[in-house]
Amino acid sequence: MQASASDAERAAVDALLGEPQSGWTGSAERSAADNRFSRGGRSAREQRDQLLPALHALQKDIGWISEGGLNYVCERLSVPPAEAYGVATFYAMFSVKERPKTVVHVCDDIACRLAGAETLCAQLSEEVGPEGADAGGATWVRSPCLGMCEQAPVMLGQRVGRPDVALAGASVATYRAIASPDSNVVCAGADTAPQTWDPVQRAGLRLLRRVGTVDPLSLDDYRAHGGYEALSKALEIGAEATIREVTDSKLMGRGGAAFPTGVKWNAVATQEARPHYFVCNADESEPGTFKDRVIMELDPFSVVESLTIAGFATGSERGYIYIRGEYPLATERLEHAIAEARRAGLLGADVMGSGFGFDIELRRGAGAYICGEETALFNSIEGKRGEPRNKPPFPVERGLFGKPTGINNVETLINVLEILKIGGAAYAQIGTEDSTGTRLFCLSGAVSRPGLYEVEFGATLREVLDLAGGAPQDMKAILLGGAAGGFVTADDLDVRLTFEDSRAGGYTIGSGVIMVFGPDSDLIDAVLRIARFFRDESCGQCVPCRVGTVRQEEALHRLVASREIGSREDELRLLGEIDRVMTDASICGLGQTAASAVRSAVAKLALFEAAKA
Amino acid sequence: MVGLATVFGAGGGTSSYEEVAGTDLILLWGSNAREAHPIFFHHVLKGIHNGAELIVIDPRRTVSAEWADLWLGLDVGSDVALSNTMAREIIFNDLHHRHFIEHATTGFEEYRASVEDWTLERGEAVTGVPAEIIREVAHSYAKAERAMICWTLGITEHHNAVDNVLALINLALLTGHVGVYGSGVNPLRGQNNVQGGGDMGAIPNKLPGFQDIEKDAEARAKFEAAWGVPITPRYGWTLTQMFEAMDRGELTCAYVIGENPASSEADNKHTVHLLENLDTLIVQDILMTRTAEMADVILPASAAWAESEGTVTNSERRVQRVRKALDPPGDARDDIWIIAELARRLGADWGEVTPASAWEELRTLSPMHAGMSYQRLEELGGIQWPCPDEDHPGTLFLHSRLWESGGAQGEKAPFSVVIDDPPVDGLDDEYPLRLTTGRRLDSYNTGVQTGGYTSPLRRPEAIEVSPEDAARMGLQVGERVRISSRRGEVEAPVYIDEGLRPGLVFMTMHFPEQVDTNNLTIDATDPKSGTAEFKATAVRIDKIEAKV
Repeated sequence: MQASASDAERAAVDALLGEPQSGWTGSAERSAADNRFSRGGRSAREQRDQLLPALHALQKDIGWISEGGLNYVCERLSVPPAEAYGVATFYAMFSVKERPKTVVHVCDDIACRLAGAETLCAQLSEEVGPEGADAGGATWVRSPCLGMCEQAPVMLGQRVGRPDVALAGASVATYRAIASPDSNVVCAGADTAPQTWDPVQRAGLRLLRRVGTVDPLSLDDYRAHGGYEALSKALEIGAEATIREVTDSKLMGRGGAAFPTGVKWNAVATQEARPHYFVCNADESEPGTFKDRVIMELDPFSVVESLTIAGFATGSERGYIYIRGEYPLATERLEHAIAEARRAGLLGADVMGSGFGFDIELRRGAGAYICGEETALFNSIEGKRGEPRNKPPFPVERGLFGKPTGINNVETLINVLEILKIGGAAYAQIGTEDSTGTRLFCLSGAVSRPGLYEVEFGATLREVLDLAGGAPQDMKAILLGGAAGGFVTADDLDVRLTFEDSRAGGYTIGSGVIMVFGPDSDLIDAVLRIARFFRDESCGQCVPCRVGTVRQEEALHRLVASREIGSREDELRLLGEIDRVMTDASICGLGQTAASAVRSAVAKLALFEAAKA
Repeated sequence: MVGLATVFGAGGGTSSYEEVAGTDLILLWGSNAREAHPIFFHHVLKGIHNGAELIVIDPRRTVSAEWADLWLGLDVGSDVALSNTMAREIIFNDLHHRHFIEHATTGFEEYRASVEDWTLERGEAVTGVPAEIIREVAHSYAKAERAMICWTLGITEHHNAVDNVLALINLALLTGHVGVYGSGVNPLRGQNNVQGGGDMGAIPNKLPGFQDIEKDAEARAKFEAAWGVPITPRYGWTLTQMFEAMDRGELTCAYVIGENPASSEADNKHTVHLLENLDTLIVQDILMTRTAEMADVILPASAAWAESEGTVTNSERRVQRVRKALDPPGDARDDIWIIAELARRLGADWGEVTPASAWEELRTLSPMHAGMSYQRLEELGGIQWPCPDEDHPGTLFLHSRLWESGGAQGEKAPFSVVIDDPPVDGLDDEYPLRLTTGRRLDSYNTGVQTGGYTSPLRRPEAIEVSPEDAARMGLQVGERVRISSRRGEVEAPVYIDEGLRPGLVFMTMHFPEQVDTNNLTIDATDPKSGTAEFKATAVRIDKIEAKV
């Protein structure tokens, strides 16, 4: 007999899906009617996208996903158990083994390492117990980047029956505060955009205009700060004119690919197939990146409003925000903002009385870097493993649920508010010829004031660093663009951080990461961590990435330990070959950029040339 | 096949596989295709993927039903009642296809009168399926732009098998769901060449190409001229009639090719007894079956799929070439060689018979195969009959002629009055449970060909019962119980299947060595098709008291 769900597991799932309709779809007892007919098929299978939320419900209320619990979800949603198991085991925040009621994820990624994450892990081992071991109903485990790099080191607590909590400036005491049974710690939601602290600097901000001054829980306050003027404008001028403004602004996507936003919107709007969808990619998972989190935590209504505008312009009837699972506060505030907007008629069947119908659903990831890739994100929403799809077809033709879909990340979307406020042509005057507008940068590591900064395109790396108090004279390197970016040195401080300059100069701005490695930092340690990150986060679907990320990490470890196979030159040549194969042959951006930081560490920093003493 | 041949003149499924992918509604009636016809079910899945609705009608909620938009759990043997109720609902709501009925069918008025009493309420009382669900299925089927009914042994392994098939064909005639792309009536075949066996005349009443032995004097004369022997204008015996003849002592010698009746026949204690009493039993097979063990002479044959040349014909009437890859082992010989050699030693020298020469002869005698040269079969990747000449592309679906006018239409299709006739083996206080039998994905019939291979899915034979019955009788999974029918008894372990309802139990016949299920089954057979009622046996389950 197959394992069956406990009452608590049923209750957790039923709270999300409602009471089961028959003995075939989950009722504990079957009725006389159940013996004579059952309904299912398409209507049942079309609920597949509830799989991830249902797994979240089990994880949150029960603390793990048991075989019985999984079977019950499968019965409810008509999903084969093997497939559901494949999904449940895809995500790091889900456990299919019973584990302590509280699990504290301790970030040991690059930025947190610079802030002593290894020391913290050692202390936890000493004072609490080994990683993963049950210490009085709680445990700690290492985690990749949790997206609060400006406040490193960081911890994220997953607690049964209570909301998750992410805490910065973490110590053993933080662990104890989260793990204590009567713990009442909450997320802080600090304003970590230093420009907003200074009235003079604040005046020049566009994307961060409201951050730190607006009440993130108040729709009225948002409107008092100019909120929903842009949506009114869009509804007034119409969808086509809205797209024209965006096209005129020459706004480029801030997710890394730098695709013209107006072109994308227009491509979705002109597709004949219906319905259209618009997705806000808030799965910000690039190590060193925290910009979207700050916006969502401190100005959540701006995300809701700009997504509504995108939906209006592209003829979409439903929007999705896919937020990474490690952002509990941003999730809470977006949920609140969506509910408030709905209540005020800013979402729903008749947005602002215009006749335009649009609603937003918030979907939470569960710990998978790959889901930031747009087609992997679609699969994740659809209740499948977050594996990227082949392109073409591109999302504008066949995206979410196989329908025309627009997708932008948070930073790209909120630019639209500024574009509609000042007009596309005026926006195009900001920045440089080919990089218009302003850009957010995430500064972490060895700078005086780590945090989120907004800069007009055209500024140099040095100028951005100066905003944060400058880089130390004897710094070792800067990681630009995140783990998928590359290292630069003090010689590169005068590069301009624009799309065109980075393309020409062979570096990348990526997601706006500027992580400074000070004089006493360990660059080799950072490179190994990056290699481990990609090995861990590769979804395993395509061979170049699945095998390449493992081989890359192994070769690096051999070089570090001076246990080369052949000569050091042989190993470096091997790294070059792995790099080429992954870059050329991987399905998605993860594999294509998994060797990027290592390549720059070899070429620019010459980290692995001499035998280690 | 008898039912289809009666109505349409040809005993084949009407549709092609590709149409399953292009239809709007698939009614899977008495078929657990996902397990028993897994390749066909792939075509069903394509249809579902393309938007087709799937309705499964089966006493058990099978794994096929798990894919269905709607499952109906009717009582075993109430198929005619369900069909007649649906028909009445369709007619009384004016959903029947008046034009098609007038243009292409006969006997509608009698049929209408015969279903008049089948109100939804009566249908519910007889089938057990709620009236509103019957209504829903009737309306869905009648209103669908394209709809097909597919069935297997759940329809045909009954004492009234032919009536069951006629009842389904009635629905297709009533709604015009035949003779057009994406609609049709389709029996699913269990083997790659069941269709081919019938096409080639290996049935008691037809010459190759479905030409009638009794009624078609012209065809008979053609064959007599070709073969140089007179053909007796009399139907032969069906398999079941042969056993009856053995019982009467009229049949004393059996030549069994590729069959295993000692394991596969209903009430098989009796069957084995009959085979033992034969004067001569000759078995031609590739494996040492239980029947072969009893034989006086065993003729080792070659494996048709790898050691023989020739053709096979699948469920969609597609004739395909089979090529020899290996020489048969040891003294095993090709079936054609064995039969020709046997003929020669009996005094009829046919000369050298090869698969190609036999096929060329068939083409001259069977009009529906006339256009199928080996060369064309290879070039086109198989051809669907009928294919009357070498310019003909073959026939995607049958009976489009019914929609034509005048001479092109041919014979109109008759409605058949069919009467609800419950299973012969009735339930009573002594035998209160309804046993039905079937197949599992990992095994094939009596297990002769599959027993030698392991499968991660396979579990030993068991008596499968509903959770409710298991609880009521205090049965545990794995517990051995005694299952008795009016004919015999077996012991088997209990397995609980949630797809069964109270009162319904299930067994397979894959493992005769472990549990001889056919000791229980009844050999009540359909007089028209000769099929035994494997699907409906009355049984009792008794706990076996632990030995102290």
